[in-house]
Amino acid sequence: MAWDRNQMAARAAQELEDGTYVNLGIGIPTLVSNYIPEGVDVTLQSENGMLGMGPFPTEDEIDADLINAGKQTITELDRTSYFSSADSFAMIRGGHIALSILGAMEVAENGDLANWMIPGKLVKGMGGAMDLVAGVKRVVVIMDHTNKKGETKLLKECTLPLTGAGVVDRIITGLGVFDVVEGGLKVVEIAEGVTLEQIEAATDATLEG
Amino acid sequence: MANKVYGSAAEALEGVLFDGMFIASGGFGLCGIPENLVAGIAAVGTKDITIASNNAGVDGFGLGVLLENRQVKKMISSYVGENAEFMRQYLSGELELEFNPQGTLAERMRAGGAGIPGFYTKTGVGTVIAEGKDHKDFPTGPDGAMETYIMENGIFADLSIVKAWKGDTAGNLIYRKTARNFNPNAATCGKICIAEVEEIVPVGSLDPDLIHTPGIYVNRIIQGEHEKRIEQRTVRAA
Repeated sequence: MAWDRNQMAARAAQELEDGTYVNLGIGIPTLVSNYIPEGVDVTLQSENGMLGMGPFPTEDEIDADLINAGKQTITELDRTSYFSSADSFAMIRGGHIALSILGAMEVAENGDLANWMIPGKLVKGMGGAMDLVAGVKRVVVIMDHTNKKGETKLLKECTLPLTGAGVVDRIITGLGVFDVVEGGLKVVEIAEGVTLEQIEAATDATLEG
Repeated sequence: MANKVYGSAAEALEGVLFDGMFIASGGFGLCGIPENLVAGIAAVGTKDITIASNNAGVDGFGLGVLLENRQVKKMISSYVGENAEFMRQYLSGELELEFNPQGTLAERMRAGGAGIPGFYTKTGVGTVIAEGKDHKDFPTGPDGAMETYIMENGIFADLSIVKAWKGDTAGNLIYRKTARNFNPNAATCGKICIAEVEEIVPVGSLDPDLIHTPGIYVNRIIQGEHEKRIEQRTVRAA
């Protein structure tokens, strides 16, 4: 059985290192905050201008001036700081954020990432994704292994316009964990009940050892 | 001291609006947007405006109102997904759109306001954003390894419109929580900056150490009522 979205998020949470600053993308990556391991203390950055993102508010705590990058109402913590968008992306661009976990439409074996645009469809924009993948030290993608049509999302080359070139370090899908290495993707971990043959059949990218 | 305090958005906007102008606006989504000044620009009906703003409002609120009025020629934004009228005008060719990565847009405002006409960034290298832009390699680590960067231009706008929490009569501004976002950056990059605040206080009542935007950047200031609409109301059980 492949991992479901929550199991993927739980696996991604193991990437979190104690004492670091982390940016979680919108969608499945947001679920990662539900699985932060015991004893691991991370500070979440929200790129609209906040370090130390707290949980969703109770009805009484809702504050229109306090939202995350997904425009959801949130709360602050004792450690929270606020800053401008230029400061926010200075800390991203300057390499001060240790880890970015984000979703993707396609990833190529050389680490190219496409997650912002499908030509001919409605284009909403890249938001902060291009800045995050260019500036954050380590980029982990969390996504389904195949798309809704059953086609692989792990490719030799991306077909969609790129968000960043050669930027992905690790990919977590429902089938396993893969690292971008010289020559292709290295299978780091296989989801329980999944076989290497299943992964090979569902992957277009070159799989290394 | 010059009087910066105006009685309304209409008064503050008098004499600064013209067709074909370039406006930089603060705000992220509907959070911290200068909603009174936007409504004021809608009332005047200024045409062919280019607007640098992270988002384009929603249908019927924020910058969405200027789009509905066909006052906007071009948007410079990072994300415009919440606005059906925007999409309609863009897909029919009525509206120009320049996508900027969010950090690039913020830095373009900051740079313009600081008199820096261009800067190099890694953001967008190898993507459509880099097409036609100057590429240059720089050593950026202690080991001297080279990396490729692209040049982006600073933004020099005719007018900045921003929203802050409190401002004093000298134009010093303090923002609140994530409503700060692009406002301090947008405030610096216009020839004229108009700020709208929830409360105008006398000079001397804000702690000078806690001021986010020094009054030198702010030419006019108004106090306004703010609806502060919420886009995604998410709650947990009490």
